[in-house]
Amino acid sequence: MEFLSYLINGISLGSIYAIIALGYTMVYGIAKMLNFAHGDVIMVGGYVVFYATNFARSSLLGDNPSALASGLSTLVCVILAMVVCGVLGVIIEALAYKPLRRAGSLAVLITAIGVSYFLQNAAQLLFGANPKNFTPVVSGQLTLFGGQLRISFVALLTIVACVVIMVALTLFTGRSKMGKAMRACSEDQGAAQLMGINVNSTISMTFAIGSALAAIAGVLMCSYSPVLQPTTGSMPGIKAFTAAVFGGIGSIPGAFLGGILLGIIEAIAQAYISTQLSNAILFAVLIVVLLVKPSGLLGKYVPEKV
Amino acid sequence: MAVMLDVKNINVYYGAIHAVKDISFHVDEGEIVTLIGANGAGKTTTLQTVSGLLHSRTGSIEFLGQPIQSVPAAKLVGQGLAQVPEGRRVFQHMTVEENLEMGGFTQPNSTIAPNLERVYDQFPRLKERRRQVAGTLSGGEQQMLAMGRALMSNPKLLMLDEPSMGLAPILVEQIFEIIQRLHQKGTTILLVEQNAQMALSVADRGYVLETGRVTLTGPGKELLADEAVKKAYLGG
Repeated sequence: MEFLSYLINGISLGSIYAIIALGYTMVYGIAKMLNFAHGDVIMVGGYVVFYATNFARSSLLGDNPSALASGLSTLVCVILAMVVCGVLGVIIEALAYKPLRRAGSLAVLITAIGVSYFLQNAAQLLFGANPKNFTPVVSGQLTLFGGQLRISFVALLTIVACVVIMVALTLFTGRSKMGKAMRACSEDQGAAQLMGINVNSTISMTFAIGSALAAIAGVLMCSYSPVLQPTTGSMPGIKAFTAAVFGGIGSIPGAFLGGILLGIIEAIAQAYISTQLSNAILFAVLIVVLLVKPSGLLGKYVPEKV
Repeated sequence: MAVMLDVKNINVYYGAIHAVKDISFHVDEGEIVTLIGANGAGKTTTLQTVSGLLHSRTGSIEFLGQPIQSVPAAKLVGQGLAQVPEGRRVFQHMTVEENLEMGGFTQPNSTIAPNLERVYDQFPRLKERRRQVAGTLSGGEQQMLAMGRALMSNPKLLMLDEPSMGLAPILVEQIFEIIQRLHQKGTTILLVEQNAQMALSVADRGYVLETGRVTLTGPGKELLADEAVKKAYLGG
Protein backbone atom coordinates (compact mmCIF):
# COMPACT_ATOMS: atom_id res chain seq x y z
CA MET A 1 0.00 0.00 0.00
CA GLU A 2 2.87 2.32 0.82
CA PHE A 3 4.46 1.52 -2.52
CA LEU A 4 1.19 2.26 -4.30
CA SER A 5 0.98 5.67 -2.72
CA TYR A 6 4.58 6.47 -3.75
CA LEU A 7 3.78 5.25 -7.23
CA ILE A 8 0.72 7.47 -7.56
CA ASN A 9 2.71 10.34 -6.16
CA GLY A 10 5.38 9.64 -8.79
CA ILE A 11 2.87 9.45 -11.63
CA SER A 12 1.36 12.74 -10.60
CA LEU A 13 4.76 14.44 -10.32
CA GLY A 14 5.65 12.85 -13.64
CA SER A 15 2.46 14.21 -15.19
CA ILE A 16 3.69 17.73 -14.43
CA TYR A 17 7.07 16.94 -16.00
CA ALA A 18 5.27 15.46 -18.98
CA ILE A 19 3.15 18.57 -19.55
CA ILE A 20 6.27 20.76 -19.40
CA ALA A 21 8.26 18.32 -21.53
CA LEU A 22 5.60 18.56 -24.27
CA GLY A 23 6.47 22.24 -24.64
CA TYR A 24 10.19 21.49 -24.97
CA THR A 25 9.68 18.66 -27.38
CA MET A 26 7.19 20.43 -29.66
CA VAL A 27 9.37 23.52 -29.95
CA TYR A 28 12.45 21.37 -30.50
CA GLY A 29 10.62 19.32 -33.12
CA ILE A 30 9.66 22.32 -35.18
CA ALA A 31 12.27 25.01 -34.52
CA LYS A 32 15.16 22.62 -33.76
CA MET A 33 16.07 24.67 -30.72
CA LEU A 34 16.07 24.14 -26.97
CA ASN A 35 13.93 26.81 -25.42
CA PHE A 36 15.52 27.01 -21.99
CA ALA A 37 13.19 29.84 -21.08
CA HIS A 38 10.31 27.37 -21.16
CA GLY A 39 10.68 26.58 -17.44
CA ASP A 40 10.33 30.24 -16.54
CA VAL A 41 7.10 30.54 -18.48
CA ILE A 42 5.75 28.07 -15.88
CA MET A 43 6.66 30.55 -13.17
CA VAL A 44 4.90 33.37 -15.04
CA GLY A 45 1.80 31.18 -15.27
CA GLY A 46 1.99 30.61 -11.52
CA TYR A 47 2.14 34.35 -10.79
CA VAL A 48 -0.75 35.15 -13.14
CA VAL A 49 -2.96 32.61 -11.37
CA PHE A 50 -1.74 33.79 -7.97
CA TYR A 51 -2.62 37.43 -8.59
CA ALA A 52 -5.79 36.69 -10.54
CA THR A 53 -7.24 34.39 -7.86
CA ASN A 54 -6.31 36.88 -5.12
CA PHE A 55 -8.02 39.63 -7.06
CA ALA A 56 -11.08 37.45 -7.61
CA ARG A 57 -11.24 36.50 -3.93
CA SER A 58 -10.83 39.99 -2.60
CA SER A 59 -12.92 41.98 -5.05
CA LEU A 60 -15.24 39.78 -7.07
CA LEU A 61 -16.38 36.90 -4.93
CA GLY A 62 -18.19 37.67 -1.68
CA ASP A 63 -17.18 36.51 1.77
CA ASN A 64 -18.72 33.11 1.42
CA PRO A 65 -18.58 32.15 -2.26
CA SER A 66 -20.32 28.96 -3.30
CA ALA A 67 -18.14 26.07 -4.41
CA LEU A 68 -19.36 26.58 -7.95
CA ALA A 69 -18.48 30.28 -8.01
CA SER A 70 -14.99 29.79 -6.62
CA GLY A 71 -14.42 26.81 -8.91
CA LEU A 72 -15.48 28.83 -11.93
CA SER A 73 -13.32 31.78 -10.94
CA THR A 74 -10.30 29.46 -10.59
CA LEU A 75 -10.99 28.04 -14.03
CA VAL A 76 -11.18 31.55 -15.50
CA CYS A 77 -7.89 32.42 -13.79
CA VAL A 78 -6.20 29.34 -15.27
CA ILE A 79 -7.51 30.17 -18.74
CA LEU A 80 -6.25 33.72 -18.29
CA ALA A 81 -2.81 32.35 -17.35
CA MET A 82 -2.83 30.13 -20.45
CA VAL A 83 -3.61 33.11 -22.66
CA VAL A 84 -0.98 35.32 -21.00
CA CYS A 85 1.68 32.60 -21.27
CA GLY A 86 0.67 31.74 -24.84
CA VAL A 87 1.08 35.37 -25.87
CA LEU A 88 4.33 35.58 -23.90
CA GLY A 89 5.64 32.53 -25.76
CA VAL A 90 4.82 34.08 -29.13
CA ILE A 91 6.47 37.38 -28.11
CA ILE A 92 9.61 35.59 -26.87
CA GLU A 93 9.84 33.73 -30.16
CA ALA A 94 9.29 36.85 -32.26
CA LEU A 95 11.73 39.07 -30.37
CA ALA A 96 14.46 36.67 -29.28
CA TYR A 97 14.51 33.64 -31.56
CA LYS A 98 13.07 34.69 -34.92
CA PRO A 99 15.96 37.07 -35.71
CA LEU A 100 18.29 34.09 -35.14
CA ARG A 101 16.48 31.73 -37.50
CA ARG A 102 19.58 31.43 -39.70
CA ALA A 103 22.14 31.76 -36.92
CA GLY A 104 24.17 28.94 -35.40
CA SER A 105 22.57 26.78 -32.75
CA LEU A 106 24.99 28.03 -30.11
CA ALA A 107 23.76 31.60 -30.54
CA VAL A 108 20.16 30.43 -30.15
CA LEU A 109 21.02 28.38 -27.07
CA ILE A 110 22.76 31.29 -25.35
CA THR A 111 19.84 33.56 -26.23
CA ALA A 112 17.42 31.07 -24.69
CA ILE A 113 19.43 31.01 -21.47
CA GLY A 114 19.46 34.81 -21.56
CA VAL A 115 15.67 34.92 -21.94
CA SER A 116 15.41 32.56 -18.98
CA TYR A 117 17.47 34.90 -16.76
CA PHE A 118 15.56 37.88 -18.08
CA LEU A 119 12.21 36.34 -17.09
CA GLN A 120 13.47 35.38 -13.63
CA ASN A 121 14.85 38.84 -12.95
CA ALA A 122 11.85 40.62 -14.42
CA ALA A 123 9.67 38.53 -12.10
CA GLN A 124 11.85 39.45 -9.15
CA LEU A 125 11.55 43.12 -10.06
CA LEU A 126 7.79 42.96 -10.55
CA PHE A 127 6.70 40.52 -7.88
CA GLY A 128 9.57 40.66 -5.36
CA ALA A 129 12.00 37.95 -4.31
CA ASN A 130 9.95 36.78 -1.34
CA PRO A 131 8.16 33.50 -1.90
CA LYS A 132 4.39 33.76 -2.25
CA ASN A 133 2.14 31.30 -0.57
CA PHE A 134 0.14 29.77 -3.41
CA THR A 135 -3.31 28.44 -2.57
CA PRO A 136 -3.82 25.08 -4.25
CA VAL A 137 -6.55 25.16 -6.90
CA VAL A 138 -8.18 22.12 -5.29
CA SER A 139 -7.84 20.83 -1.76
CA GLY A 140 -8.76 17.69 0.09
CA GLN A 141 -7.95 14.08 -0.60
CA LEU A 142 -9.42 10.78 -1.52
CA THR A 143 -9.24 8.12 1.17
CA LEU A 144 -9.26 4.48 0.09
CA PHE A 145 -8.90 1.10 1.79
CA GLY A 146 -10.07 2.35 5.16
CA GLY A 147 -7.57 5.19 5.34
CA GLN A 148 -4.56 3.14 4.23
CA LEU A 149 -4.25 4.94 0.91
CA ARG A 150 -4.68 8.69 0.62
CA ILE A 151 -4.52 10.43 -2.73
CA SER A 152 -4.73 14.20 -2.84
CA PHE A 153 -7.19 15.73 -5.29
CA VAL A 154 -4.31 17.80 -6.66
CA ALA A 155 -2.52 14.57 -7.62
CA LEU A 156 -5.65 13.21 -9.26
CA LEU A 157 -6.34 16.47 -11.09
CA THR A 158 -2.73 16.54 -12.33
CA ILE A 159 -2.93 13.02 -13.75
CA VAL A 160 -6.31 13.71 -15.38
CA ALA A 161 -5.05 17.00 -16.84
CA CYS A 162 -2.00 15.27 -18.28
CA VAL A 163 -4.05 12.52 -19.91
CA VAL A 164 -6.53 15.02 -21.36
CA ILE A 165 -3.71 17.17 -22.75
CA MET A 166 -2.00 14.13 -24.22
CA VAL A 167 -5.16 12.92 -25.95
CA ALA A 168 -5.99 16.41 -27.19
CA LEU A 169 -2.49 16.94 -28.62
CA THR A 170 -2.48 13.53 -30.26
CA LEU A 171 -5.79 14.30 -31.94
CA PHE A 172 -4.60 17.76 -32.92
CA THR A 173 -1.36 16.60 -34.54
CA GLY A 174 -2.91 13.48 -36.05
CA ARG A 175 -6.22 14.77 -37.37
CA SER A 176 -6.32 18.53 -37.80
CA LYS A 177 -4.93 20.34 -40.81
CA MET A 178 -2.84 22.72 -38.70
CA GLY A 179 -1.52 19.85 -36.58
CA LYS A 180 -0.43 17.95 -39.67
CA ALA A 181 1.15 21.12 -41.03
CA MET A 182 3.09 21.33 -37.77
CA ARG A 183 4.43 17.82 -38.27
CA ALA A 184 5.29 18.63 -41.88
CA CYS A 185 7.26 21.71 -40.77
CA SER A 186 9.11 19.72 -38.16
CA GLU A 187 10.23 17.25 -40.81
CA ASP A 188 11.21 19.58 -43.62
CA GLN A 189 10.60 23.30 -43.51
CA GLY A 190 11.58 23.86 -47.12
CA ALA A 191 9.22 21.20 -48.43
CA ALA A 192 6.48 22.51 -46.11
CA GLN A 193 6.87 25.95 -47.67
CA LEU A 194 6.49 24.41 -51.12
CA MET A 195 3.14 23.02 -49.90
CA GLY A 196 2.02 26.56 -49.09
CA ILE A 197 2.47 26.19 -45.33
CA ASN A 198 3.54 29.41 -43.62
CA VAL A 199 6.47 28.21 -41.53
CA ASN A 200 6.72 31.36 -39.40
CA SER A 201 3.14 31.26 -38.25
CA THR A 202 3.38 27.53 -37.61
CA ILE A 203 6.38 28.12 -35.34
CA SER A 204 4.47 30.90 -33.52
CA MET A 205 1.53 28.56 -33.04
CA THR A 206 3.82 25.90 -31.57
CA PHE A 207 5.27 28.38 -29.09
CA ALA A 208 1.75 29.49 -28.15
CA ILE A 209 0.57 25.92 -27.49
CA GLY A 210 3.71 24.94 -25.57
CA SER A 211 3.58 28.05 -23.40
CA ALA A 212 -0.14 27.68 -22.68
CA LEU A 213 0.63 24.14 -21.51
CA ALA A 214 3.41 25.56 -19.34
CA ALA A 215 0.79 27.74 -17.64
CA ILE A 216 -1.25 24.65 -16.76
CA ALA A 217 1.89 22.96 -15.48
CA GLY A 218 2.65 26.04 -13.40
CA VAL A 219 -0.73 25.99 -11.71
CA LEU A 220 -0.52 22.27 -10.99
CA MET A 221 3.03 22.49 -9.73
CA CYS A 222 2.30 25.40 -7.40
CA SER A 223 -0.71 23.50 -6.08
CA TYR A 224 1.58 20.57 -5.46
CA SER A 225 4.30 22.46 -3.64
CA PRO A 226 2.70 25.81 -2.84
CA VAL A 227 5.74 28.08 -2.82
CA LEU A 228 5.95 30.55 -5.66
CA GLN A 229 9.11 32.56 -6.33
CA PRO A 230 10.94 33.82 -9.42
CA THR A 231 13.11 30.68 -9.63
CA THR A 232 10.18 28.31 -9.21
CA GLY A 233 10.24 27.19 -12.82
CA SER A 234 13.93 26.54 -13.29
CA MET A 235 14.43 23.13 -11.63
CA PRO A 236 11.20 21.56 -12.96
CA GLY A 237 12.11 23.08 -16.32
CA ILE A 238 15.47 21.29 -16.33
CA LYS A 239 13.91 18.03 -15.18
CA ALA A 240 11.21 18.24 -17.81
CA PHE A 241 13.90 18.90 -20.41
CA THR A 242 15.58 15.74 -19.15
CA ALA A 243 12.25 13.94 -19.48
CA ALA A 244 11.92 15.13 -23.08
CA VAL A 245 15.43 13.88 -23.93
CA PHE A 246 14.81 10.67 -22.00
CA GLY A 247 11.66 9.93 -24.02
CA GLY A 248 13.22 11.04 -27.30
CA ILE A 249 13.19 14.77 -28.01
CA GLY A 250 10.85 15.75 -30.81
CA SER A 251 8.42 12.94 -30.00
CA ILE A 252 5.14 13.80 -28.26
CA PRO A 253 4.46 10.31 -26.82
CA GLY A 254 8.15 10.28 -25.84
CA ALA A 255 7.70 13.41 -23.73
CA PHE A 256 4.68 11.83 -22.06
CA LEU A 257 6.49 8.56 -21.33
CA GLY A 258 9.71 10.28 -20.29
CA GLY A 259 7.88 12.62 -17.92
CA ILE A 260 5.90 9.89 -16.20
CA LEU A 261 8.93 7.60 -15.85
CA LEU A 262 11.05 10.42 -14.49
CA GLY A 263 8.39 11.26 -11.90
CA ILE A 264 8.14 7.63 -10.81
CA ILE A 265 11.92 7.23 -10.57
CA GLU A 266 12.17 10.42 -8.54
CA ALA A 267 9.38 9.47 -6.13
CA ILE A 268 10.61 5.91 -5.62
CA ALA A 269 14.22 7.03 -5.20
CA GLN A 270 13.15 9.60 -2.64
CA ALA A 271 11.10 7.06 -0.75
CA TYR A 272 13.42 4.09 -0.70
CA ILE A 273 16.93 5.33 -1.36
CA SER A 274 17.65 8.90 -0.40
CA THR A 275 15.92 12.24 -0.69
CA GLN A 276 19.22 14.01 -1.23
CA LEU A 277 20.37 11.61 -3.91
CA SER A 278 17.09 11.45 -5.83
CA ASN A 279 18.18 14.00 -8.43
CA ALA A 280 21.54 12.31 -8.86
CA ILE A 281 19.79 8.96 -9.42
CA LEU A 282 17.44 10.60 -11.90
CA PHE A 283 20.24 12.00 -14.02
CA ALA A 284 22.24 8.79 -13.73
CA VAL A 285 19.30 6.90 -15.26
CA LEU A 286 19.18 9.47 -18.05
CA ILE A 287 22.88 8.96 -18.79
CA VAL A 288 22.46 5.19 -18.93
CA VAL A 289 19.45 5.43 -21.26
CA LEU A 290 21.27 7.82 -23.57
CA LEU A 291 24.32 5.55 -23.65
CA VAL A 292 22.19 2.61 -24.71
CA LYS A 293 19.77 4.49 -26.96
CA PRO A 294 21.09 7.94 -27.90
CA SER A 295 17.83 9.00 -29.55
CA GLY A 296 15.87 8.43 -26.31
CA LEU A 297 13.22 5.83 -25.58
CA LEU A 298 10.85 6.73 -28.42
CA GLY A 299 13.22 8.85 -30.47
CA LYS A 300 12.60 8.40 -34.15
CA TYR A 301 15.18 7.36 -36.60
CA VAL A 302 14.19 6.41 -40.13
CA PRO A 303 17.02 6.02 -42.60
CA GLU A 304 16.57 8.42 -45.49
CA LYS A 305 16.08 7.03 -48.95
CA VAL A 306 17.78 8.89 -51.75
CA MET B 1 0.24 31.06 -76.93
CA ALA B 2 0.34 33.04 -73.72
CA VAL B 3 3.54 33.25 -71.72
CA MET B 4 3.01 31.56 -68.36
CA LEU B 5 6.39 32.04 -66.74
CA ASP B 6 8.79 34.75 -67.83
CA VAL B 7 12.21 34.87 -66.18
CA LYS B 8 14.49 37.74 -67.17
CA ASN B 9 18.15 38.25 -66.26
CA ILE B 10 18.22 36.70 -62.82
CA ASN B 11 21.44 36.56 -60.79
CA VAL B 12 21.61 34.41 -57.69
CA TYR B 13 24.46 34.17 -55.21
CA TYR B 14 25.32 31.81 -52.37
CA GLY B 15 27.44 34.17 -50.31
CA ALA B 16 30.28 35.07 -52.66
CA ILE B 17 29.51 32.30 -55.14
CA HIS B 18 27.73 33.50 -58.25
CA ALA B 19 25.55 30.44 -58.98
CA VAL B 20 23.14 31.79 -61.59
CA LYS B 21 24.47 34.34 -64.07
CA ASP B 22 22.00 36.46 -65.94
CA ILE B 23 19.68 33.62 -66.85
CA SER B 24 16.53 34.31 -68.90
CA PHE B 25 13.95 31.83 -70.10
CA HIS B 26 10.23 31.52 -70.54
CA VAL B 27 7.56 28.85 -70.45
CA ASP B 28 4.43 29.18 -72.60
CA GLU B 29 1.08 27.81 -71.58
CA GLY B 30 0.78 24.11 -72.45
CA GLU B 31 4.50 23.56 -73.02
CA ILE B 32 7.03 21.19 -71.54
CA VAL B 33 10.23 23.16 -71.14
CA THR B 34 13.40 21.62 -69.82
CA LEU B 35 16.56 23.04 -68.29
CA ILE B 36 19.42 20.59 -68.73
CA GLY B 37 23.01 20.71 -67.65
CA ALA B 38 25.63 19.05 -65.56
CA ASN B 39 25.84 19.04 -61.80
CA GLY B 40 26.44 22.57 -60.53
CA ALA B 41 25.18 24.28 -63.68
CA GLY B 42 22.61 26.25 -61.66
CA LYS B 43 19.46 24.34 -62.59
CA THR B 44 18.13 23.75 -59.09
CA THR B 45 19.13 27.24 -58.00
CA THR B 46 17.13 28.65 -60.89
CA LEU B 47 14.09 26.59 -59.98
CA GLN B 48 14.27 27.51 -56.31
CA THR B 49 14.51 31.15 -57.25
CA VAL B 50 11.31 30.86 -59.28
CA SER B 51 9.52 29.11 -56.42
CA GLY B 52 10.63 31.76 -53.94
CA LEU B 53 12.99 29.71 -51.78
CA LEU B 54 15.95 31.72 -53.09
CA HIS B 55 16.09 35.31 -54.31
CA SER B 56 17.61 37.00 -57.32
CA ARG B 57 19.51 40.25 -56.94
CA THR B 58 18.46 41.47 -60.37
CA GLY B 59 16.00 40.99 -63.17
CA SER B 60 12.38 39.96 -63.00
CA ILE B 61 10.22 36.87 -62.69
CA GLU B 62 6.62 37.03 -63.90
CA PHE B 63 4.06 34.29 -63.46
CA LEU B 64 0.76 34.73 -65.34
CA GLY B 65 1.71 38.36 -65.91
CA GLN B 66 2.30 39.12 -62.23
CA PRO B 67 5.74 39.85 -60.76
CA ILE B 68 6.51 37.19 -58.15
CA GLN B 69 10.07 37.88 -56.94
CA SER B 70 8.92 39.26 -53.62
CA VAL B 71 6.06 36.81 -53.06
CA PRO B 72 6.95 34.31 -50.31
CA ALA B 73 7.24 30.68 -51.43
CA ALA B 74 4.24 29.60 -49.37
CA LYS B 75 1.96 32.10 -51.17
CA LEU B 76 2.96 31.06 -54.70
CA VAL B 77 1.47 27.61 -54.27
CA GLY B 78 -1.98 29.12 -53.94
CA GLN B 79 -1.42 31.02 -57.18
CA GLY B 80 -0.86 27.82 -59.14
CA LEU B 81 2.88 27.28 -59.02
CA ALA B 82 3.93 23.90 -57.61
CA GLN B 83 7.40 22.45 -57.27
CA VAL B 84 8.48 18.85 -56.87
CA PRO B 85 11.81 19.38 -55.10
CA GLU B 86 15.07 17.65 -55.84
CA GLY B 87 15.41 14.45 -53.83
CA ARG B 88 11.57 14.29 -53.57
CA ARG B 89 11.53 15.45 -49.93
CA VAL B 90 8.32 13.66 -49.02
CA PHE B 91 7.42 13.85 -45.33
CA GLN B 92 9.01 10.58 -44.24
CA HIS B 93 7.12 10.11 -40.98
CA MET B 94 3.70 10.95 -42.39
CA THR B 95 1.45 8.57 -44.28
CA VAL B 96 1.00 8.71 -48.04
CA GLU B 97 -2.43 10.24 -47.64
CA GLU B 98 -1.22 12.82 -45.13
CA ASN B 99 1.53 13.81 -47.54
CA LEU B 100 -1.07 14.33 -50.25
CA GLU B 101 -3.28 16.34 -47.87
CA MET B 102 -0.31 18.60 -47.19
CA GLY B 103 0.01 19.11 -50.93
CA GLY B 104 -3.55 20.45 -50.88
CA PHE B 105 -2.86 22.72 -47.91
CA THR B 106 -3.76 25.89 -49.77
CA GLN B 107 -6.92 24.43 -51.29
CA PRO B 108 -10.37 24.70 -49.72
CA ASN B 109 -11.19 21.65 -47.60
CA SER B 110 -14.05 20.61 -49.89
CA THR B 111 -11.64 20.03 -52.80
CA ILE B 112 -9.32 17.69 -50.90
CA ALA B 113 -11.42 14.55 -51.42
CA PRO B 114 -11.94 14.94 -55.20
CA ASN B 115 -8.28 15.90 -55.64
CA LEU B 116 -7.22 12.81 -53.72
CA GLU B 117 -9.35 10.68 -56.04
CA ARG B 118 -7.79 12.32 -59.07
CA VAL B 119 -4.26 11.70 -57.81
CA TYR B 120 -5.10 8.10 -56.89
CA ASP B 121 -6.42 7.59 -60.42
CA GLN B 122 -3.11 8.79 -61.81
CA PHE B 123 -1.06 6.78 -59.33
CA PRO B 124 -2.94 3.60 -58.33
CA ARG B 125 0.13 2.48 -56.40
CA LEU B 126 -0.29 5.38 -54.00
CA LYS B 127 -3.86 4.35 -53.33
CA GLU B 128 -2.70 0.86 -52.34
CA ARG B 129 -0.25 2.42 -49.91
CA ARG B 130 -2.33 5.31 -48.65
CA ARG B 131 -1.98 4.33 -44.96
CA GLN B 132 1.71 3.52 -45.22
CA VAL B 133 4.35 5.86 -43.83
CA ALA B 134 6.11 7.59 -46.74
CA GLY B 135 9.61 6.76 -45.47
CA THR B 136 8.93 3.08 -46.17
CA LEU B 137 8.14 3.59 -49.87
CA SER B 138 10.62 2.74 -52.61
CA GLY B 139 12.42 5.54 -54.42
CA GLY B 140 10.09 5.36 -57.42
CA GLU B 141 7.01 5.39 -55.22
CA GLN B 142 8.36 8.36 -53.31
CA GLN B 143 8.82 10.20 -56.61
CA MET B 144 5.22 9.42 -57.53
CA LEU B 145 4.15 10.66 -54.11
CA ALA B 146 6.12 13.87 -54.51
CA MET B 147 4.46 14.43 -57.89
CA GLY B 148 1.01 13.54 -56.60
CA ARG B 149 1.53 15.84 -53.65
CA ALA B 150 2.36 18.73 -55.97
CA LEU B 151 -0.72 17.98 -58.11
CA MET B 152 -2.96 18.29 -55.04
CA SER B 153 -2.66 22.07 -55.31
CA ASN B 154 -4.18 22.08 -58.83
CA PRO B 155 -1.07 23.72 -60.27
CA LYS B 156 -1.09 25.63 -63.52
CA LEU B 157 2.66 25.20 -63.76
CA LEU B 158 4.36 22.11 -62.37
CA MET B 159 8.10 22.40 -61.80
CA LEU B 160 9.99 19.12 -61.48
CA ASP B 161 13.53 19.04 -60.16
CA GLU B 162 15.47 15.95 -61.26
CA PRO B 163 12.57 13.50 -61.10
CA SER B 164 14.76 10.71 -62.49
CA MET B 165 17.51 11.08 -59.92
CA GLY B 166 18.52 7.81 -58.30
CA LEU B 167 15.87 5.73 -60.06
CA ALA B 168 16.33 2.52 -62.02
CA PRO B 169 16.01 2.98 -65.82
CA ILE B 170 12.62 1.27 -65.95
CA LEU B 171 11.29 3.64 -63.28
CA VAL B 172 12.77 6.61 -65.12
CA GLU B 173 10.73 5.56 -68.16
CA GLN B 174 7.62 5.31 -66.01
CA ILE B 175 8.15 8.73 -64.49
CA PHE B 176 8.57 10.28 -67.92
CA GLU B 177 5.41 8.56 -69.16
CA ILE B 178 3.60 10.13 -66.22
CA ILE B 179 5.07 13.53 -67.05
CA GLN B 180 3.81 13.23 -70.62
CA ARG B 181 0.39 12.11 -69.44
CA LEU B 182 0.12 15.08 -67.07
CA HIS B 183 1.12 17.32 -69.95
CA GLN B 184 -1.54 15.85 -72.20
CA LYS B 185 -4.11 16.56 -69.52
CA GLY B 186 -3.22 20.22 -69.71
CA THR B 187 -0.54 20.87 -67.09
CA THR B 188 2.32 23.10 -68.17
CA ILE B 189 5.64 21.65 -67.10
CA LEU B 190 9.08 23.03 -66.33
CA LEU B 191 11.50 20.13 -66.05
CA VAL B 192 15.02 20.27 -64.68
CA GLU B 193 17.11 17.22 -65.54
CA GLN B 194 20.58 15.80 -65.73
CA ASN B 195 19.19 13.01 -67.86
CA ALA B 196 19.32 15.15 -71.00
CA GLN B 197 18.33 12.32 -73.34
CA MET B 198 15.00 11.68 -71.64
CA ALA B 199 14.26 15.31 -70.90
CA LEU B 200 14.89 16.54 -74.45
CA SER B 201 12.88 13.73 -75.99
CA VAL B 202 9.70 14.83 -74.20
CA ALA B 203 10.30 18.59 -74.15
CA ASP B 204 8.91 21.17 -76.56
CA ARG B 205 11.88 23.39 -75.87
CA GLY B 206 15.08 23.13 -73.91
CA TYR B 207 17.73 25.36 -72.39
CA VAL B 208 21.27 24.13 -71.84
CA LEU B 209 22.92 25.52 -68.71
CA GLU B 210 26.64 25.59 -68.10
CA THR B 211 28.26 27.01 -64.95
CA GLY B 212 25.32 29.29 -64.30
CA ARG B 213 24.68 30.53 -67.85
CA VAL B 214 22.32 29.57 -70.65
CA THR B 215 24.62 28.47 -73.47
CA LEU B 216 22.14 27.04 -75.92
CA THR B 217 18.41 26.98 -76.48
CA GLY B 218 16.02 25.51 -78.99
CA PRO B 219 13.29 22.93 -79.60
CA GLY B 220 13.87 19.64 -77.76
CA LYS B 221 14.33 17.59 -80.92
CA GLU B 222 16.86 20.04 -82.32
CA LEU B 223 18.94 20.05 -79.15
CA LEU B 224 18.81 16.28 -79.14
CA ALA B 225 20.45 16.31 -82.56
CA ASP B 226 22.90 19.13 -81.78
CA GLU B 227 26.52 18.01 -82.00
CA ALA B 228 27.71 20.05 -79.02
CA VAL B 229 24.87 18.78 -76.82
CA LYS B 230 25.49 15.22 -77.96
CA LYS B 231 29.12 15.52 -77.06
CA ALA B 232 28.60 17.09 -73.67
CA TYR B 233 25.48 15.38 -72.36
CA LEU B 234 24.44 12.44 -74.47
CA GLY B 235 27.64 10.45 -74.40
CA GLY B 236 28.89 11.21 -77.90
